[in-house]
Amino acid sequence: MEEKKPDANLDLRGVVCPINFVKTKLKLEELNNGQILEIIIDAGEPMANVPRSIKEEGHKIVKVDKVDNHFRLLIEKA
Amino acid sequence: MALTNEQIERYSRQIILPNVGGKGQDKILKSRVLVIGTGGLGAPCSFYLAAAGVGKIGLVDSDKVELNNLQRQIVHTTADVGIPKVESGKKRLKALNPEVEIVTHGMRLDSSNILDVIKEYDIVVDGSDNFPTRYLVNDACVISKKPLVHAGIFRYDGQIMTILPGTGPCYRCLFPEPPPQGAVPSCQEGGILGVVAGALGVLQANEVLKFVLSTGDMLVGRLLIFNALDSTFRTVKVPRDKDCPVCSEHPKITKLIDYQEFCNLRTKTDCSVK
Ligand SMILES: [Zn+2]
Repeated sequence: MEEKKPDANLDLRGVVCPINFVKTKLKLEELNNGQILEIIIDAGEPMANVPRSIKEEGHKIVKVDKVDNHFRLLIEKA
Repeated sequence: MALTNEQIERYSRQIILPNVGGKGQDKILKSRVLVIGTGGLGAPCSFYLAAAGVGKIGLVDSDKVELNNLQRQIVHTTADVGIPKVESGKKRLKALNPEVEIVTHGMRLDSSNILDVIKEYDIVVDGSDNFPTRYLVNDACVISKKPLVHAGIFRYDGQIMTILPGTGPCYRCLFPEPPPQGAVPSCQEGGILGVVAGALGVLQANEVLKFVLSTGDMLVGRLLIFNALDSTFRTVKVPRDKDCPVCSEHPKITKLIDYQEFCNLRTKTDCSVK
């Protein structure tokens, strides 16, 4: 399946919990339903928490890639 | 309005919440709240409102800080004894959150000035300690259709109700007239546990935030009663009084009344009666 081009992106490497999620949440608020946000977060605690919180807010994580010691997530706003 | 990184950090724990987010935080930052009294109720209420980032907080009080205030009025400190309470309050709220605008009204509210003061705000918190002010504030808010969060505290008890004029009951729907002078306990009988004031002041701040965020259910038509000895809360339904002297369709009261002070010791002992 071809990957949708992100409508916005956030580099959250080095940004700790929960500020990484707060910034993601704020950015998602600016998007319309169905648009895609790309974020890059650190492995470990951020990866354990941020995706879960995004899903709890009702958004869909459409793709996860591991890049070096980080994760690249594509989130579809719901 | 985009939040700065510092704002995102400061308010992160509430931006995270469902029903707040960036848009809700923006509403809080733009809100204007008048807190009447910087005493047992007004102190904790204004403290939490400043912490949450309310854009403009008005403080009304004509008294100076006294040592006996410090047991419950947590925005004032020992070093503030003798200075006007609005100045002491402003100093503490600014220290907590420099980006909040604090407007001081170092005056006693009466029928000649209250309407001008409240019109600059979105919602009013009544943290007053006397019946003349309580009825004046209720009537002024009803007449100018201004949302009002009432609370009263006495010994180990507290009560709170939110008044949305035109939508729910007002304070006079509950108690149409002030009690006769003899029925009001003297100040010495008054007495108040500091935490009761704190609990009720914080609940008032909660009502304000829900109003600003348009979320949850406010205490409209519901009187919440707290007892500190039993640690119980109960809710009493309060209907609108179709014959209410001020908020009914045929109001008896159409202009503001300056009732006489019941308690001569108010300025000395903060007569908190309900
Ligand atoms: Zn009424």
